Amino acid sequence: MSAPNDIQSRNVQTEARLWLAQRVSAMILGLAVVVHLGTIIVAVQGGLSAAEIVGRIGGNPLWTAFYAVFVLAIAVHAPIGLRSILNEMTALSPRRVDLLCFIAAAFLAVMGYRVVRDFYLIGGAA
Amino acid sequence: MSEDTLTVSVWRGDGEKGSYVDYEVPRMESQTVLDVITYIQRRLDNSLSYRYACRVGMCGSCAMTINGKPRWTCRTHVSKVAPDGKLTVGPLRSMNVVKDLSVEMTEFFDKWARAEGKFHPTKTRNDDFEKVSPSDRKRKQASAGIECIGCGVCYSACDVVSWKSDYLGPAALNRAWTLVNDARDGGQKARLQAVAGDAGCHACHSQQGCVEGCPKHLNPTASIAGLKRAAAMAALKGDLK
Repeated sequence: MSAPNDIQSRNVQTEARLWLAQRVSAMILGLAVVVHLGTIIVAVQGGLSAAEIVGRIGGNPLWTAFYAVFVLAIAVHAPIGLRSILNEMTALSPRRVDLLCFIAAAFLAVMGYRVVRDFYLIGGAA
Repeated sequence: MSEDTLTVSVWRGDGEKGSYVDYEVPRMESQTVLDVITYIQRRLDNSLSYRYACRVGMCGSCAMTINGKPRWTCRTHVSKVAPDGKLTVGPLRSMNVVKDLSVEMTEFFDKWARAEGKFHPTKTRNDDFEKVSPSDRKRKQASAGIECIGCGVCYSACDVVSWKSDYLGPAALNRAWTLVNDARDGGQKARLQAVAGDAGCHACHSQQGCVEGCPKHLNPTASIAGLKRAAAMAALKGDLK
């Protein structure tokens, strides 16, 4: 065996798992973005209005589940990419980068779920 | 310049200090860039340092940066790269320059070792041969990358190598991928441990500069993608640390 590999500054297992998480979330996003774009095109046919979107999607458990998965995929996918960019383009320490990306993931998840929840409640009340 | 003369700018100096110096070289039929450099060294300035051996694309020692791109000088015809009669020849990027066009390749080959690019035998001479079918999927994947001669063109073409000095690079990772697909090899866990991570396959941006540059028409990007998949499977099994 060769000498211990000293160039790896990070936990290799974590890197490989993050790569897999980003790949799987990318697959979900690929499908979700197509569906989302499709609904946007449908939504503007009769003129774009909040009432039209809330009436069609709000309160619907299937659409709510779809957008919940969409938000989860974004909250997983985007911070991993951001992590790579920050690690390569800035002088921030790896620990600080990980912390920033964890905050970014939490921000995306919380903001996204608030929208999904409120849409569901507004639609249900309408 | 006249039609039968080439204007050749050649890097003179080391990695830190130096400049491009112009030479006028007669244009000849079927002339390669190596012919041009050799003409300069033998007829115009014998202090020029450069490296070559076989002259026929087998040894991988004559790679240089020609008009901004890494290439084998021996297999690069002047007519293909300098239709306007102007050539700029420098040392390979991302390698320490010894002098003029000669680069030091220690780091490049050390990274092959760091990527566990050596064969770990599992049998003795008393055992029977491993039977590997030519149509076996893993054998085909190994065959796709196995013709690398270690010229360093892909390494020099890679932008990730240029900004991340500890990145193992396309050649070392391609070598590791051929061994990952070798049924006879017993060092797979250690190899995946060595090639995964932010200095290994996960640093690759899949820009495919290595693919574009490889004179053997190999696809190191595909090999690295294979390593990423293999590393992900190993991570799921908990084989990585």
